[in-house]
Amino acid sequence: MSVIRVLSGRAWVWSFLGMFLVWLVTAVYTGGKGSADVITAALSFATFTVIVGIGQMFVITTGPGNVDLSIPSTIALSGAVAMKLMGSSNDMLAIGLAASLGCGLAVGIFNYLLIRVLRIPPIIATLSSSFLILSTAIAYGRGLKIKPPPMLAEFTTAQVGGVPILAIVIILFAILMSVVLNRTVYGRSVLAIGQNMRAAWLAGINVERIRFMTYVLSALLAAICGFLLSGFSGGASLNMGQEYLLASIAVVVIGGTSVAGGKANVPGIWGAAMFMFLLVTMLNTLGASAGIRLIMTGLIIVAVITIAGGDEPQR
Amino acid sequence: MRAYLTSPRFLRAALPAASFAILLAAIFYVQPRAMSYFGMNLMLQYTVPIALATIAQMFIITVNDLDLSIGPFVGLTACIGATLLADTPVLGLLALLACIAAYAALGALIHWRNLPSLVVTLGMSFVWLGIAVLILPTPGGTAPGWVKAIVGLKTPLVPFPIIAAIVIGIVVHVALMTSSYGAVLRGAGGNPRAIGRAGWSLLKIKMVMYAAAGFFGVLSGLSLIGLTSAADAHIADRYTLYAIAGVILGGGEFVGGRVSPIGAVIGAMTLTLTGSFLTFLKISPDWQIGAQGGILIIVLALRALINRREG
Repeated sequence: MSVIRVLSGRAWVWSFLGMFLVWLVTAVYTGGKGSADVITAALSFATFTVIVGIGQMFVITTGPGNVDLSIPSTIALSGAVAMKLMGSSNDMLAIGLAASLGCGLAVGIFNYLLIRVLRIPPIIATLSSSFLILSTAIAYGRGLKIKPPPMLAEFTTAQVGGVPILAIVIILFAILMSVVLNRTVYGRSVLAIGQNMRAAWLAGINVERIRFMTYVLSALLAAICGFLLSGFSGGASLNMGQEYLLASIAVVVIGGTSVAGGKANVPGIWGAAMFMFLLVTMLNTLGASAGIRLIMTGLIIVAVITIAGGDEPQR
Repeated sequence: MRAYLTSPRFLRAALPAASFAILLAAIFYVQPRAMSYFGMNLMLQYTVPIALATIAQMFIITVNDLDLSIGPFVGLTACIGATLLADTPVLGLLALLACIAAYAALGALIHWRNLPSLVVTLGMSFVWLGIAVLILPTPGGTAPGWVKAIVGLKTPLVPFPIIAAIVIGIVVHVALMTSSYGAVLRGAGGNPRAIGRAGWSLLKIKMVMYAAAGFFGVLSGLSLIGLTSAADAHIADRYTLYAIAGVILGGGEFVGGRVSPIGAVIGAMTLTLTGSFLTFLKISPDWQIGAQGGILIIVLALRALINRREG
């Protein structure tokens, strides 16, 4: 009994439960054929969602109104810049990665400046900067058909016993970020600001520095995602970030992080990302058309947020 | 007089119109031939659907929410308009009414469970897109003749899009800014608790505002197919961003029920003009959304400057 009580108190359990259920339905329907492959695929694709999801989670946790809408365009820009610089050569790998991170850093600083100096609400700030970033990516990456360096392609697609190497790396990274969130001054400050910005400020937390670091972190992770994703999918494309706008927010919410801020959860992001992928796989297996798949995805997100409920406003 | 003209209040109100005028003047300077009935009509023809979508978004922003699904929703109503409404008008009309009812229901759900509108509408954007894809799997359909006739109206002297935009702005201005219930609706964005204490139903207010947004979304979709004469599920995907940008460009504040319908329409026109401006300057269309983002940032920067003087 107590096990159930402990578990139900942890919001992330639900995302894993959902993930397992959806996988089970798929497995039963196909008679268990290819069920292991489905998990492998889910791990590979969920990895990218998790990377941006973690950044989005930190941003959302800093309180109501904080959200990063520039993630998709940052992914596109970082991928395009890295691919063009590396030009399919292994020797340039480090330079490509550095350029990617540079893009992320620049985007993060720019976003924060808009929010801080111009006092633009974060949603509008990241939205307007995403316009600029996307245009830069389009202008820079027009007609870009460059294959990723073989080493990058190999690294992003390699598997050990059906488990993608990249997924293992990102699982370790998620554990690290979980520690950062719960055990470091930075993480605790993010939580404190999300719960009550004024109280956090009065308690001596440098609110602006923490917010700055959070927007930079989110942009950096989006840039890394763009770098790895273009390796994974054999090159950068301008719309490869598109689906991560909804995905990054959805996995944060489904994973049990409070949209009102101040309460975050890293493991839930993995569960939610796997759940989202497996859900689409299940609908595919059941023979649902593209329209039905979209409708179901949307309805489930709305249902999850309705059941999770809005938290009491913390003002 | 001079004190009034330099007061932050006046400057803030004049900013949307001034940015529009400057952009228009720049276009006329670069391309004098645009200064004609035909030129204006061509440059501004997509103003009507964008302005209507912007007004829809404005209703949502008034009550401190944000609608990330208005683009796909306009796409859906466009698809319904080009198929059901054209083939079986009664069924089409019912479907469009159902769309508006769905928006009202969303408002009720968001209020009832105190949900973040951002997440709910992001989820709904998939639902609208999914339904649109089911109705119209490949681009096509035909707009009903009467829709095309209205949108293609040849008005004397002033092109139709401009007249339509002015009418939209004034009608919504009268309804939302000068009526007593309009004041209550805006108050629900400024101080919901006070409005609730005064005995108004916040649930009803949210439903009214969302239904109004749905209604204008439907109008936007119909006017869009009137121009394109065919529809596609993805036809209005970018409208989500346009609508938010239009409201903000038009002087709307993100929270607090501070919005301006006429400003929103001007904001929508400014965004439409940006595209033409870049074309006249022979700048690659790659930079179109970038320029829109840039204008947004510049206007917001100016507004921040004005607000700072206010202290």
